[in-house]
Amino acid sequence: MAIEIPIEKWTGKIGEVVIGATPDEGGTRTKKILLGGENALPFLDFEGELPHPPVIGMEVLDVVREDYPQVALEPIQDVKDDPARWAKKCEEEFGADMICLKLISTNPEEEDRSAEEAANTVKEVLSAVGVPLFIYGSGNEEKDAKVLELCSGAAKGERCFLGLAEEAAYKSISVASMANGHGVVAFSNLDINLAKQMNILLTDFGIKKENIISDPLMAALGYGLEYSYSVIERVKLAALMGDAMLQTPILCETTRVYNARESFKEDPALGDPKKRVIFWEATTGTSALVAGADMLIMRHPEAMALVRKTVGQLTGGGS
Amino acid sequence: MPTALEIYQKLPKTNCGDCGVPTCLAFAMQLANQKVSLDKCPHVSEEAKEFLAASAAPPIRLVKIGTGDKTVEIGDETELFRHEKKFFHPTAYALMVDDTSSPDERKQKIESLKSLTFDRVGQIMSMDMVGVRASSNDPATFASVIQEVSSQTDLPLLLISENPDVMSQAAKAVADKKPLLHAATPENWERMTEIAKETGCPLVVHETTSLDNLADLTEKVKGAGVEDIVLDFGTKNLGDMLRNLTIIRRLSVKKKFRPLGYPTFVFAEGNLNEAGIVAALGTMKYASLVAFHEVDVPLMYPLFALRQNIYTDPQKPIQVKPGIYEIGSPTPESPVLITTNFSLTYFTVSGDIETSKVPSYLLVADSEGLSVMTAFAADKFNAEIATDLVKECGIEEKVSQKKIIIPGQVSRMSGKLQEKSGWEVIVGPRDSSGLPKFLKDRAI
Ligand code: B12
Ligand code: SF4
Repeated sequence: MAIEIPIEKWTGKIGEVVIGATPDEGGTRTKKILLGGENALPFLDFEGELPHPPVIGMEVLDVVREDYPQVALEPIQDVKDDPARWAKKCEEEFGADMICLKLISTNPEEEDRSAEEAANTVKEVLSAVGVPLFIYGSGNEEKDAKVLELCSGAAKGERCFLGLAEEAAYKSISVASMANGHGVVAFSNLDINLAKQMNILLTDFGIKKENIISDPLMAALGYGLEYSYSVIERVKLAALMGDAMLQTPILCETTRVYNARESFKEDPALGDPKKRVIFWEATTGTSALVAGADMLIMRHPEAMALVRKTVGQLTGGGS
Repeated sequence: MPTALEIYQKLPKTNCGDCGVPTCLAFAMQLANQKVSLDKCPHVSEEAKEFLAASAAPPIRLVKIGTGDKTVEIGDETELFRHEKKFFHPTAYALMVDDTSSPDERKQKIESLKSLTFDRVGQIMSMDMVGVRASSNDPATFASVIQEVSSQTDLPLLLISENPDVMSQAAKAVADKKPLLHAATPENWERMTEIAKETGCPLVVHETTSLDNLADLTEKVKGAGVEDIVLDFGTKNLGDMLRNLTIIRRLSVKKKFRPLGYPTFVFAEGNLNEAGIVAALGTMKYASLVAFHEVDVPLMYPLFALRQNIYTDPQKPIQVKPGIYEIGSPTPESPVLITTNFSLTYFTVSGDIETSKVPSYLLVADSEGLSVMTAFAADKFNAEIATDLVKECGIEEKVSQKKIIIPGQVSRMSGKLQEKSGWEVIVGPRDSSGLPKFLKDRAI
C-alpha cells in the first residue's frame, strides 16, 4: 500500500541571520555564516526547507581559572594563556565554524581586567582567525556596559554578536551592538515566555530581528536537559506555527556539561572520564540540535567532531 | 476513541432504553466519554463491537517481551512531543552476543552487564535484554547457545535469525520466556509467523525497501494471526532513521494508521561512539528498542541518563520525601545540613556527605522537587521554609547544638534564617563537592 507521508504544513519560518562580514561587506572575515531560514523541524527535509546546516563553534576564554577541568584543558594546554592562539587552534585544528570569546577576566569580583585590555584581546583574536566572532562579557552588568562598548568598537564592521542580553540587562549591550553593526544574543532562562519577552524587549528597543539570536539556556545531560529539550521544542514549534516573536535562530551551549561533575569525575564504576565527558557533551549537543537548535557552542574538540559527523549523517543521505 | 456521533451510527438507533439511558445517542455520548461499556446494550451488532474495539485500541500497540519482573514493555505511546503529556515506555537497550563466539566470550559479555547497573538519583538504570545472533546459521548450534545464554541471565531474550529452521528450534526451546524473534522478512514471513504463533512470542517485522512495503508486510503477518509486532525498517543512516521513526510515530499517533502502529527496533551500528549516537537519537526520537553489538560503561552511563531525562514526567521532577535523613550514625553532636528535595540535589549532596565519612543529619526541605538554586529563585526555598522545617521535623530533639550548614549559593538567606530559627547559620561551600573537606576541617 502507498502510505501518505504525514507532512506538517508550517506557516511560520525562522528568520535568516548573517554572522560575520567579509571584506566586500566591510569586515575582514574570510567567511561569513548563514543561520536559520528553515520552515521545517530539525532534519525533516521532507516537510520544508532547511537551507543551512547547523553551525558549530567553540568557546575561548580570556582566562583559564583553576576550576577549569583537566579533561577539557588537555586539548588546549599549549594555548590556554593566549586567546588569539587558542582561537586559531580552534579554527585550524579543530575546525570550529565560529569563536565565542568570553571575557570573563573583566569581572570586578575576579581578575577585574580593564575594558581596554578586553578590547585588545578582541582585536588579537580577530586578526588571528578568519571565522566570525561572538563576544561575551563577564555577566557583571555595570562592567559589561563598558567592556562591550569598547569591544564593539574594536570589532567595528565585523558583524559580531554580543552577549548576553538578559531581561534585566539588555540596554547597554543593545546600544553597543547597534553602534557598530553587530548583533545580540538574547538569553532567557528555560522559559518560552521569557524567550519571547526578550525578543519583544530587544525589537522595541530598536534591534532588528535579523540581528538577534536566542539562547534559551541549554542544561547539561543529567542536569536539567529535559527542561531545555522541551523548551527548545516548544519554541521551535511555536515559531513554525507562526509566532513571529519566536522566529529567531536558537543558540545552545554544551559547556554546562563541565559543571556537572558526574560527566568527568574519577569513578571506576563510571568508566574512563575522557571517553565519558566527550560522549556526554556530544549527546548534550545532539539533543539540542534534535530539539531545534540552529547553532552550538562547544568545548571539547572531540565532542565537536562527533557532533559534526552526526550532523553530516543527519543532513546527508536523502530519504 | 471515536466521537459520539461515529459511535451512534453503529448503534441500533431504536432508543429502547435497555442500556439504562433513554436514547442511543445518549448512550453513544457516555461511551465516547468512556463512562460505560458497550456490553450494557444487549442489541449491539457484531460489526459495531469490532469497530469499537478496534478504535479504542492504543495508537501504538503495547508489546511485552519476556516474563516476570524483568518484562520489557514497549510501545503504547500517545504523544509526538514529551511536553504534550509524557513519554511512557522508555527505549529498551539490548546487548547482543554471537552463537559463533566462544562460550567464555559470551559468558564474559553477559557478566559485564552487572557492571552496567547504576543507581542514579534513586532510580536503577541497567540494560534490559540480551540478544543472540545465529551467525552459525545452524539450528542445533543456535538452540544450544540460546539455552546456555538463557541459563546465564534473567533478562528477556532477543533471537536473531532470518532462517526459519534455525529460529524454530531455538524459539521452542525458550518459548516459556517469551523472547522477541527477529525477524519476519518478505521472503520468510509465512513460516516466521507460524513460529511466533506456535510459541506465543512477539515478532519483529523486517522490511528495508520502504515503509509502504513494511506496512504491507505487517498486514500480512497480522492477517496470519500475530499481533505482537515490532517494526524494523533497516537503518541505512541517521537521517533516514530519524525521518522514518518520525513518520511512523506521526502516522500512528495522528492518523491512527494501524499497519504501522507498533513499537520500533533499531540496530546501533558503527564504532562505539557512532552506535552511542544512534542510541541517543533513537531514545529521543521514537525508537522503542535499540540493540548494541558492544557496550562500554562511559557511553552507556550517559545514555541511561539521557533516557532517564527524556522519559521523566515533565509535570513532576524526580523527587525525594522531605524530612530528616541520617547519614552514617549521627550523634547529638553531629553536624546538621539542609538542602532541597529535588532528587538530583539530594543524591548529590548526600553522596558528598557520605564521602566525608562524617556522620551527619541532612534536612530536606519540600521545594516541590526544585534544585536549591531554582527553588531559591522561585521562592520555594527560603528562610521561612527552612525555619519551618527545622522547627517541625524534630531535629531539635536529636541534637545538642543548634548549628545548621546551608548551601553556599543561598548565603543570602543566612541572616534571616538565624533570626527566625534561633539557630546559628554556617554558610557551606557553593558546590557540595566541597563538603568532604569542609566537614572534616570543621570541628562542629
Ligand atoms: C534545570 C533548571 C531549572 C528547571 C528546574 C529543575 C528542577 N527540578 O529544579 C526549571 C526549568 C523548572 C527552572 C526554572 C527556573 N529557574 Co532554573 N535552572 C535550572 C538549571 C539549568 C539546573 C539546575 C540544577 O538541576 N542543578 C543541579 C543541582 C544538583 O544543583 P543544586 O540543587 O543547586 O545543588 C548544588 C549546590 O547548590 C550545592 N548544594 C545543594 N545543597 C547543598 C547543601 C549544602 C549544605 C551545601 C554546602 C551545598 C549544597 O551542591 C549541589 C551540587 O553542586 C540551572 C542552571 C545551572 N546550570 O545550574 C538554572 C537556575 C538554577 N535557574 C534559575 C532561575 C532564575 C529559574 C527561574 C526563576 C527562571 C524562570 N524561568 O522563571 C525558574 C523558577 C522555577 C519556577 N518558578 O518554577 C537561575 C537561578 C539564579 C539565581 N542565582 O538565583 C539558574 C542558576 C540559571 C541562571 N544562570 O540564571 N530551572
Ligand atoms: S440498549 Fe442499545 S439500542 Fe437500546 S437505547 Fe441503549 S443503545 Fe440504543
